[in-house]
Amino acid sequence: MKRFLQLAFFVLIVRPILLVVLGMNVRGREHLPEKGPAVIVANHNSHLDTLTLMALFPLKDLHRLRPAAAADYFLANKWMSWIANNLINIIPLARGGVRKNPLADLEAALDREDILILFPEGSRGNPEQRAEFKRGVAFLAKARPDVPVHPVFMHGLGKALPKGSLILVPFNCDVIAGAPIRWTGDASSFMAALEICMSGLAAQGKFQPWE
Amino acid sequence: MKLPDGLPENAFYAIAAIYGLLIVASIITAVMRRASPGEGTTELSRRVTSWWFMITIFTIAIVTNPVVSTVFLGFMTFLAFKEYLSLIPTRRVDRIILLFAYLAIPVQFTFAHFNSYGLFLTFIPVWAFLFFPMAMTLIGRTDGFLRAVGTISWGMMITVFALSHTAMLLSTDDAIAGPAGGAGLLLFLVALTQFNDVAQFTWGKLFGKHKIVPKVSPKKTWEGFLGGFVSTIALAALAGPYLTPLSWHYAAVAGAIIALSGFLGDITISAFKRDLGMKDSGGLIPGHGGILDRVDSLTYAAPVFYHAMHFFVFSGRI
Repeated sequence: MKRFLQLAFFVLIVRPILLVVLGMNVRGREHLPEKGPAVIVANHNSHLDTLTLMALFPLKDLHRLRPAAAADYFLANKWMSWIANNLINIIPLARGGVRKNPLADLEAALDREDILILFPEGSRGNPEQRAEFKRGVAFLAKARPDVPVHPVFMHGLGKALPKGSLILVPFNCDVIAGAPIRWTGDASSFMAALEICMSGLAAQGKFQPWE
Repeated sequence: MKLPDGLPENAFYAIAAIYGLLIVASIITAVMRRASPGEGTTELSRRVTSWWFMITIFTIAIVTNPVVSTVFLGFMTFLAFKEYLSLIPTRRVDRIILLFAYLAIPVQFTFAHFNSYGLFLTFIPVWAFLFFPMAMTLIGRTDGFLRAVGTISWGMMITVFALSHTAMLLSTDDAIAGPAGGAGLLLFLVALTQFNDVAQFTWGKLFGKHKIVPKVSPKKTWEGFLGGFVSTIALAALAGPYLTPLSWHYAAVAGAIIALSGFLGDITISAFKRDLGMKDSGGLIPGHGGILDRVDSLTYAAPVFYHAMHFFVFSGRI
């Protein structure tokens, strides 16, 4: 039932909106993982980021995609948490370390061969401005060193639906996927490698300022 | 044979002829690909494949009925305007302005559908152009004001206003639209504009040498332009008497107008893209780029052809 609901949500609502109202230019689609376990890391501008990334995958893999999302925000009320759990199928993360291993659920999902979607900026922040990645992703890569980490740069969705706005304004968005990287042996060099990937992807597009 | 409701017979034959050309083009590219496999010919056949899709979508849209056709033309315009707005620098405070600018599309196409010449003509260059700067003023952010007004206005003009002339042609009164009605006029304009693009490209590839505007569009040559110009005039003289109220002489003149304005539209959009530092406006159509890359010639050809027809032909002057 949950799988059916999610499928219907993507086929009837998400994909038509992305296709007709928004429009996507996807580059490097061949770099996206064909099967799990894998981790997608992307910069974060808008609630639409997650839906867009999920829409890039074949429908048969939809239930394997697990976006990690902040529990305090997405499980805050009944409606939001129903959507997050049933339609988006999130893995809730507790912000501000309360448990022994905050990554346990993510590791378990990878062990089930799921594809995780992470936004290491931690929050949508200022739309269309990249923020520094938090190091959680490095600890996850360290825990599962064989799992590929796929960097994806996104632009334009922050213009269409930025944080704090409820009105969707049509804009084409760009999604640029890069070749995956793996655990490098220590957190600093891993984060540096990831940063180089993301800057490289961002530089592929010639994006005009938006302020 | 039973034709779709309201589609004139001549328009039907014109569409059949276009498919004939398409088959010839597919055979030629297949042969070329055999003779010299490589990136160049692969790109070419990708283009031809996209033509099959575009022509089929366009055909379905114009043979169904005038409302569907107008909605289709409006949707194309929306895609072009969205591509434009996504490429240019915009201000966050103008999001709501842009939403209203999008809403101008259905309004403009409604005026076109009912052939309300006065409203159609004034809605964007008068009312929208007065309204948007005022709304931006009331929002109250002045830095970047002039740039925002200028870029949004020009974008509306070159996409929404210019391309809505296609719908205006379609709704031309049957009494003056000629043997194939408004659909015939639209088909004449669009087919010739696109044919001119292909002919210029082909002549340019074969004989191109002397560049016209190297800084804007380095691939455009005099040989390509003139080859396309003459080919388009010939095709216009041939098709004009069947699709328009024009005799073959005047149809040839219309062909010259379409070829020249189409070329100017093409290089104008090139200048815009070059300013933003990109080659293609998007990746929507394989082998062609974005939607703006495909309708660039039409942004000039549609208004120029329509107003030439309106002034000289629909009014009864010739």
